[in-house]
Order: sequence, then C-alpha cells, then structure tokens
Amino acid sequence: MPMLSFLIRRLLQTIPTVLAVVALVFVLFSVVPGSIVSSMSDDADPQVELRLKKQLGLDDPVYVRFGAYIAKLATGDFGTSFRTREPVTAMIAKRAWPTLQLVFTAMAFAVLLGVPLGFIAALRPGGLVDTLAMVVAVSGLSIAKFWLGLVMMYVFALKLGWLPSFGYGDGGLKYLLLPAVTLGVSPMALFARTTRAAVLEIMTADFVRTARSKGMSETRVVKWHVMRNALVIILTTVGLQFGGLMGQAVVVEKLFSWPGIGSLLVDSVLQRDLPAVQGSILVVVLAFLAINLLIDVLYGVIDPRIRYA
Amino acid sequence: MTGVPLIEVEDLRIDLDDGSRRVAAAEGISFRIDRGETFGLVGESGCGKSITALALIGLLRQPLSIGGGVIRFDGQEIQHLSAARQRDLRGNRIAMIFQEPMTALNPVSPVGRQIAEMFVLHKGKSWREANQLAVEALASVRVPAPERRVNDYPHQLSGGMRQRVMIAIALACGPDLLIADEPTTALDVTVQAEIIELMRNLCAERGTAILMISHDLGLVANVCRRVAVMYAGRIVEERGSADIFRAPSHPYTQGLVASLPRLGSRAALGRSRLKEIAGVVPAITSFPDGCRFNPRCTQATDICRTVAPTADFLEAGGLVRCHHHA
Amino acid sequence: MKLRANLIIGGALFALAILVGVLAPWLAHTDPVLDANLLNAEEPPSWTWWFGTDDQGRDIYSRVVYGARVSLTVGIVSQLINSVIGVALGLSAGYWGGWWDDVVNALTNVMLAIPSLIFALAIMAVLGPGLTSLLIALGLTNWSFTCRIARASALSLRSQGYVQAATVLGYGDLRIMITQLLPNMLGPIVVIGTLGMGSAVLSEAALSFLGLGVRPPFPSWGSMLSDARDQITTAPWLSVFPGLAIFLTVLGLNLLGDGLRDILDPQSRSRRT
Repeated sequence: MPMLSFLIRRLLQTIPTVLAVVALVFVLFSVVPGSIVSSMSDDADPQVELRLKKQLGLDDPVYVRFGAYIAKLATGDFGTSFRTREPVTAMIAKRAWPTLQLVFTAMAFAVLLGVPLGFIAALRPGGLVDTLAMVVAVSGLSIAKFWLGLVMMYVFALKLGWLPSFGYGDGGLKYLLLPAVTLGVSPMALFARTTRAAVLEIMTADFVRTARSKGMSETRVVKWHVMRNALVIILTTVGLQFGGLMGQAVVVEKLFSWPGIGSLLVDSVLQRDLPAVQGSILVVVLAFLAINLLIDVLYGVIDPRIRYA
Repeated sequence: MTGVPLIEVEDLRIDLDDGSRRVAAAEGISFRIDRGETFGLVGESGCGKSITALALIGLLRQPLSIGGGVIRFDGQEIQHLSAARQRDLRGNRIAMIFQEPMTALNPVSPVGRQIAEMFVLHKGKSWREANQLAVEALASVRVPAPERRVNDYPHQLSGGMRQRVMIAIALACGPDLLIADEPTTALDVTVQAEIIELMRNLCAERGTAILMISHDLGLVANVCRRVAVMYAGRIVEERGSADIFRAPSHPYTQGLVASLPRLGSRAALGRSRLKEIAGVVPAITSFPDGCRFNPRCTQATDICRTVAPTADFLEAGGLVRCHHHA
Repeated sequence: MKLRANLIIGGALFALAILVGVLAPWLAHTDPVLDANLLNAEEPPSWTWWFGTDDQGRDIYSRVVYGARVSLTVGIVSQLINSVIGVALGLSAGYWGGWWDDVVNALTNVMLAIPSLIFALAIMAVLGPGLTSLLIALGLTNWSFTCRIARASALSLRSQGYVQAATVLGYGDLRIMITQLLPNMLGPIVVIGTLGMGSAVLSEAALSFLGLGVRPPFPSWGSMLSDARDQITTAPWLSVFPGLAIFLTVLGLNLLGDGLRDILDPQSRSRRT
C-alpha cells in the first residue's frame, strides 16, 4: 500500500506543474501579435473575420477563454482544430502510436548500446576502447540529428537501397529503423558518458574494495556489485533524456515524414493552428511527466534504500 | 615455534608513484606471524600500516605498488603471483575486515547474498547451497534471527550488526589469516568490546591467525600476543605485548605508552595527566634524514639526524630501531 | 598542470568558427544571397566551387562561411541570456529563500517539464521567424540547469563565515550576491554555459531546419540543410558541408566545456585521481 499512496501523492504533486504548463502555453498564444484569424484567412474580409472570431469564441476576454479551455480539458477535450475542423483529441490519438514507437525504439537503441559502451570504457580508463568510445560519445552529442538522419537516408536508403528513405509504411521495423537510430544517437552518447563516469566513481567505493578482498575477478566485481549501483544513476539520466528525446522527435519526424505528434506540432505551428499546438504540447508534457513517475517507481525496485514513505 | 611461519614478510617496500617520481611509503618492513597467532600493527594514521595490510592481501592499487621485498605465505612467495592465483588466496585463505562497516558493504545487495558470494567463489557451491550456508555464517557471528536477517540490506542493520556481517564474510571460508584494519574504530565503545571478543573467540576456535591494525596501542596489546609499532613507513619496535607495555624501548613507543589513559595506581596518585608526543607525523614525500622520528624525539643526538638506525634484534625476541636503546 | 587535449582541440575549433564568422566578408568568394546565377546551378564541388552550388547557383562555400555568423550569434547570445536568467533566479532564490525560492523552484519545475526544443518552437511560432525571435526563444528556454547550480551553491555559501561577515558589515544584498557569492560559483556556470552554447547552436539549426529560424534567403546552416533534403538525390553535396560545419562547431564547444570542467569544476576534478 505505501506504493499506492506514494503514487497518488506524486500524481497530486504534478497537478500544479501541469496547470502551469497549460497556462503558460495558453498565455503564450493569447498574446500573439495580430489575430490568429487574420493569419488564417488569406482574404482579410472584416466580415468573414468577425464571423470566424465569434464562431471560434475568440471574442471573449482571455480569462473567460482560459476557464472554458480548462473546463474542456478536464473532460479530455482539446478543442477543435482551426484548420481541419477535426477534434484535436482525435488528431493526437491517431498520431500517438507512431510517436511512442519512435521514442521507445530510439530509447531502447540508446540504452542497449550506450550503457554497455560506458561499462566497457570504464573497465580500462584511458585505454584504447575507452578513448574510442569517448570520441564516439562526444561526436554523437555534437552532431545535428537531422544531418545525421539525412546522411543515413542518403547512404542506406538512396545508395544502398536497404531501407525505405522516409514515411511510415506499414509501421514495421524497416520504416522505423532510420528515424529511431537518428533519434537515439545523442542519448546513446550521453548514456555512454554517464555510465562510464558512474562506474568509475563506484569503482572507488569501499564496498568494491571489500568485493576485491573476497577474491573476486574484476568482471565479477562489476557484474555483482557495480552494475546495480550504476543503474540507479543511469536511470536518472534516462528519465531526463525522455524529455529531450520527445523534443528532438519533432525534428526527426519532420525529416522522415513520420506521422507522429512531433510533425503534427510543427505543421500546426507553421499553420498557426492554436488548439492543435496547445494539444500536442500538452500531451508531450503529460507523457514526459508520466514517464518520470514511472522512473521514480523503478528507483524503488532497484535501490532498496528508497522507501515510499 | 617451529616449522614454517604462516606469513613472513621480508624487507618489504611499498612505492608511491605520483606521476613524476616514486617515493617509498613504507620500507624495510619485516615480520612473521605463526599459525593461529595474533599480531598487531600499531601507528598513527599515515604511518603505512594500512598499506602494508593491503600489500599482504594483494589489494594495492596505483599509485601504490610493491617496490621490493618478499611476502611468503605458507612457505610460498606470493608477491608476484598471477592475478588469478592471488584471487584464490584472497578471501579464501587470507581475509580482511575494513574500518567502515557503513560503506564496506554493498548498499543495494542483501547481506545474505554478500556472504553467500564467498561460498560460490571459493567453495564451488550453488547459490541455493551458498544461501543456506550464509544463514549458518550469520548465526555463527551471533546475529539474531539469521534466517530473516539474510534478506536485509546493510542500511537496515546497526553498525555493530554490519561489522558482524563483515566478520561472517571474512571467516566464511575458514581463512588461515584474518587482517582486521581498525575493525572497531567506527563503532560505539560498548559495541567495540563485543566485536573484538567475537572476533577473537571465532579465530581462536578455528585456529585463524589475526593481523590487527590499529592506532590504539591499548586495544592491540589487549588482543595480540605480539605488537609491532610503525612510524613514518618503518617498523620501529616489535615486542611481546606485555614487554612493550612494561618496558618500551623506542622513544616513540615510550611516547605512545605514556599517552595511554590508565586505570589504577598512577591515576590514583594524581598523575593522571596524559602525555602527548609533540609534533606531527611527517608527510611521505618529506621524511626527514636519519631516524625519521628525530624531529619529535627528546633523546635525539647528531647521529639520529644523519644516519638511519638499523634494526637491533633483541635476545628475548623482537626488534628495536633506535641508536640509543639500551 | 598539464593542458588537456580536449581543451586545446575544442578551443581551436571554437576559435576557428569565430574567426570564420568575423572574417566572412573576406573569406567568402561571392555574396551569399545576391550572387545567384541559374547558369551555375547544382555544380558539384570543384576548384571553382569548393563546396559546390545549390539549385539557384549560389556558392555553398560562401553560404557556409556566412552561416557561421548566425550560428555563433545565436549560440553565444542566447546562452548568455540563459546564464544571466539562471544565475539571477538561482542566486536570489538560494540567498533569500522563503516564498521567492518556492516561486523559482516551481518555475524551474515547469521549465524542466517542457522539452526545451518544443518550448522554443512554441515561442518561435508566436514571434515569427527571424534572428531576434531565435535569440529570445532559445534564450528563455534553457536556463534551468544554471539556475539549479546557482541556487545550490548560493544555499551552501550563504551560511559561510565570510558571507555572514559581509552581512554584519552592512553590505547590501545585491552587493553580497555579486561580490561574495557569484565569484564562487562561476566555475560550474562557465562549464554549463559552454556546453549550453553547443546545444543552442544545435537548436538553432533544428529550428531553421523546420522553417522557423532565420528568414530564408539569408544563409543559416540549418535552413541550408532543409533545402538540401529536397535535393538529396540530385545534389547530395548540399547536405555535406553545412552539417559538417555544425558538427565541428558544436564538437569544439563540447570539448571545450569538458576541458574547462576538468579545470574549473573541482567536484568532478577530485574524482579523477
């Protein structure tokens, strides 16, 4: 039961943050210089504009609109898209799965490659493998994702013809691979660095000396004693990186014409489709908060010192 | 004592490599411990006693390394053994207990598992058997309800309990030598006595020799049959515990003995004021010439400032490293 | 003290990027915007056109050279804004505590909950494309780490003797913060700032790539890559050089930041030996 009450408390704690984000996004778009409507209709017919404004409820004062917006949000209604006249909730729902696929595949790639790389590097600090791994890592952090994607698109899709160059297709791995790797490279680099630093730090701990005094090989020391301790640190980085990943997904989805929330956001921003912009940002933030909640729960599984009291 | 000593250290030197140069952090270290014997190594922090212990168990890590000399365990030289052969000895035949029971145990691993590892590593047991043996090991160090305690994590145990777990780990494979580096310094005084008692009894039962390391001459003399006093990387005196208290030969040992609080006659006579040794231990990189104790020694003469004294072996056993000893 | 390789390489790359940006008018062969000539369209790299030309016949080399100006201006200025905001909020929150600290904490939590690129995207959407918008959008969205560090070190420094002595001497709060606290937290803040410049350069490129950056005819590495994407089958060289320029600049900043961390951030330095 302590777990449940912990979850409930953490959920309650995130409510102010969510409200603040909603308010922030709302205010941001309410102060748009020049009416959204005028930029919507190409012919600036004042008659049309007035009618549209009334129709969209843009005539009301800001606080009334905000109240109405919050009330609708509470029922899961993100409003109606200015452009497509579709409910934003439906638009997002359609695009949620591709984005989830992309983000989690990228994260899996980053963790499965970055963490072992960091471990191997830390076993012989200053050695050839370590130097190479850290060169790869700093390069991965310095490369522009869309450029890397572009280069890979050219090589693997256009030149070698192994993979489709863009699009969702049937949503299979073939289509997923290039965007996910593109998105996963910089978190992979970051995980390699964090893991290495964490392992090196833990290797100096007293309990590692105890483990060595038991007559354990270095490999066993790492497997039995360092790994789990390092995991606690790595998990924090993973949680934080989800946010960055969802931000970068915008660029990668656009590059590969991936039909996710990221490309919805960009298209809506370019077309000033306010409800769709607000909706997609909000969903991304909610997802990020939910993932971090999950990570907090995972801490307790890995680290016995943490209690949900 | 006849036969081969359990461990014999001859002219051991430990180097400290700070990147540009090597200095001897300890040198000329020689002593022997027989089977089942208790031997103490005493000195202030930084005198080289802990690194000597780490050298014996093969755990010196850079910037420290063995610079010379011989360590013979059960008649076999071990200082140049391969890493794998050293690991066979470590934990199995030579075990060690560290000072800080708080940090010496892995915080995210149950204590039972940390004991069980010993049986898996050295006795070829399966995890299932090893966990069973871990319960017995916990029981042997008088931890109540061991079958439940094996599942506890270190943070759920008190400092004394944690040190009992450390002892259970160290004695798990029935080692020939137990190195105890300040095993009770971090504990409450009342707990200290319990732990020392436990350690001594268990080792006596099993015929395990103890090398006890401490800054506390009183404690060591109480536990050990023989004591060596280290100062600035050298052993300055080695005697039987009783002798060293009754008639310390080296001025440094005399200072140590004089600085001990004592109950009994002298305190009753009102001479209870403790004497301190003036000055501080020199840093490894700036050991003085001649006898390293000379700047703090009240009896120092010219020869002490220029010539390092050699070890004089005493007729009654033991040694003293001083130009002036009688 | 031995100078580390990453400090030298990173410093050199960053210095090179600045030099290229400053000397752009002398280094460029042609005007990056005006010298379009359809007769030279889509020329591959050659002795005449070092990096090739685009579909309008503009010299890619000249455009990459001028592009350094946008990237570096945005990178440096927006990170400076972030650093100032982060230090001002964090320092005052840590020093004063109380309700102000709560406010700053709440604000930081909100900032951390929104992925910074998405936040910047939203601001760009409101302000419209352009250099000033970029500076504002990127300058307002990446200060939370600086703020946390500044707050933490202000908290720990506040109770130290010399700070309390300054209070007793009647120094004003502002004066204490600037003369007593700030110098003691500068190391980690400079490190974060250097690394932050790198990520600002990347973000600028990303926003420009999405069509939300600098207005089109003026060259930015990100928008050049956006154009290059559409011509990747016919003119793949267009994709190479702007991306390489971004990579080398950000690599320089990251290496420089790592190198500075070893020198300036004693906490991580003590772990090395």
